[in-house]
Amino acid sequence: MNELVFFVNNVVISGLTIGSIYALGAVGITLIFSILRFAHFAHADLMTLGAFFAFFLTTLFPAAGPAIGLPTAFVMLPFAMALTALSAVYIDKAFYRPLRSHGVKPIVIVMASLGVTLMLQGLIRMFMGTGARNMYIDDRKGIHRIDLPFDLANRPLVLTDPQILLLLFLVVAVIALHLFLTRSRLGKAMRAMSDNPDLARVSGINTDTVVKVTWVIAGCLAAAAGTLLSLDVSLKPDLSFHLLLPIFAAAIVGGVGHPYGALAGGFVIGFAETLSVFNWSVLLRPLRDYLWFDLPANLSFVSSEYKITVPFFILLAILVWRPTGLFKGKVL
Amino acid sequence: MALFEATNVHGGYGGMNILNGVNMTVEADEIGVIVGPNGAGKSTMLKAIFGLLKVSEGCIKLRGEEITNADPVELVKRKMAFVPQEKNIFPSMSVQENLEMGAFSCKDSFAHMLDQVYGFFPPLADKRQQPAGELSGGQRQMVAMGRALMTEPSLILLDEPTAGLSPMYMAEIFERIITINKAGVGILMVEQHAKQALKIAHKGFVLVAGQNRFTDTGENLINDPEVAKAFLGG
Repeated sequence: MNELVFFVNNVVISGLTIGSIYALGAVGITLIFSILRFAHFAHADLMTLGAFFAFFLTTLFPAAGPAIGLPTAFVMLPFAMALTALSAVYIDKAFYRPLRSHGVKPIVIVMASLGVTLMLQGLIRMFMGTGARNMYIDDRKGIHRIDLPFDLANRPLVLTDPQILLLLFLVVAVIALHLFLTRSRLGKAMRAMSDNPDLARVSGINTDTVVKVTWVIAGCLAAAAGTLLSLDVSLKPDLSFHLLLPIFAAAIVGGVGHPYGALAGGFVIGFAETLSVFNWSVLLRPLRDYLWFDLPANLSFVSSEYKITVPFFILLAILVWRPTGLFKGKVL
Repeated sequence: MALFEATNVHGGYGGMNILNGVNMTVEADEIGVIVGPNGAGKSTMLKAIFGLLKVSEGCIKLRGEEITNADPVELVKRKMAFVPQEKNIFPSMSVQENLEMGAFSCKDSFAHMLDQVYGFFPPLADKRQQPAGELSGGQRQMVAMGRALMTEPSLILLDEPTAGLSPMYMAEIFERIITINKAGVGILMVEQHAKQALKIAHKGFVLVAGQNRFTDTGENLINDPEVAKAFLGG
């Protein structure tokens, strides 16, 4: 029974956590792709930037969180999201829009976004240095140990505050995004532009507004994902390097241009990662008397240092066998 | 004052001119039809009117106001609408959502326009919630025209509305175009099916090499032996 608890803690909970982070990033990438038709490589850096804004605000008002019983950085999240959204809109205005108006090929804008990646990383390092930072200043990470009502399980389920907040945020964000895309005038215009940009323009849809709204949504989701991940682990300037590949893999696995696909893709990649680094020996140990082989101490598909290879393999497999992704998206 | 007036329009893609001085007028209650051989600049003319390519010389007026090289978003606000020949629907969106997108620039309620469009195209009324991409060719064309009608335009530009349709659907679309025109919408359309289109046209423009070769009423053009021989297949 304890082995199962171990499995839930290490696979289910961490899979849900990292899956949510990837999903929030991938939804942004997929929205940007469906409106602007380019792969936004600087997206993971928007996540770091959002976390950085949240950290910055936390240092300014460290007592804001304890006053109402939430992590300070989470209280600052709406402001961090607004700042990140604003930055995203202005990054687009300064770097991508001039290229679009020249009618360059998408690959040129992709390269520009790589430039933006390096620029943002430099800026963030300039302000906060290269080391890891704890997002908690005046408060401490809340860790909940939930004892299970079974006799055989004497190990608790472990959940942290950021994990709970992340899952709640994801649920709210997905419902809000769904309602926005299916009910609101602007959300429908976004889908229209994704379907047929030329016709959207001919219909009198103000495409500049749609582009701005896309950046605002993508920026907000990125900031939330970055902040909540940093709250759960720590804030590092190179956070984005570990996120970039998985979120792209998630967007592609789900089918590019398909927001619900990106959501599913995020969890596919997240669970694939946690399942592949999970030590299966633990689960098999109770059965060791019935096994025909000796159980090694460590039995995982890949060791955790090589976790990053998992999304890479899934990405390659999807591109080779099902390039439109699970949900039939656009081909990159 | 004519609803629509184009004088000596020149224009094209990049440095190459496709239009070399086109003249057209359409009155508020008229159907104007542009016919001509392939490559004569028929569709190009519609795109030039709707601000989708640069007019280098000449003047285009809507109700007396100059609209040369105006942005499509601006033209929609000025009650002009354009139905492209291909890719003229939002395939993953429902029929109703397609129509709503036509009314994007209307800030106030457009429920009465939805009813009117479903009145023009009864087959669409039963398929409101169906993705437009799943409809037949003729019904897609109806969605496309319905979308354009949502802003209550005074002039609609139709680029080959019957392209790729069976003769039965073609007759139906032409009939709808007459109904829409009778409801007070000026129409300027490009057609491959020149003879049938000229039959319903108040005005016909035969373009060749980016210039008007013949301009007359639809009836006169059909009866003109020279036009008939060269452009209407005898």
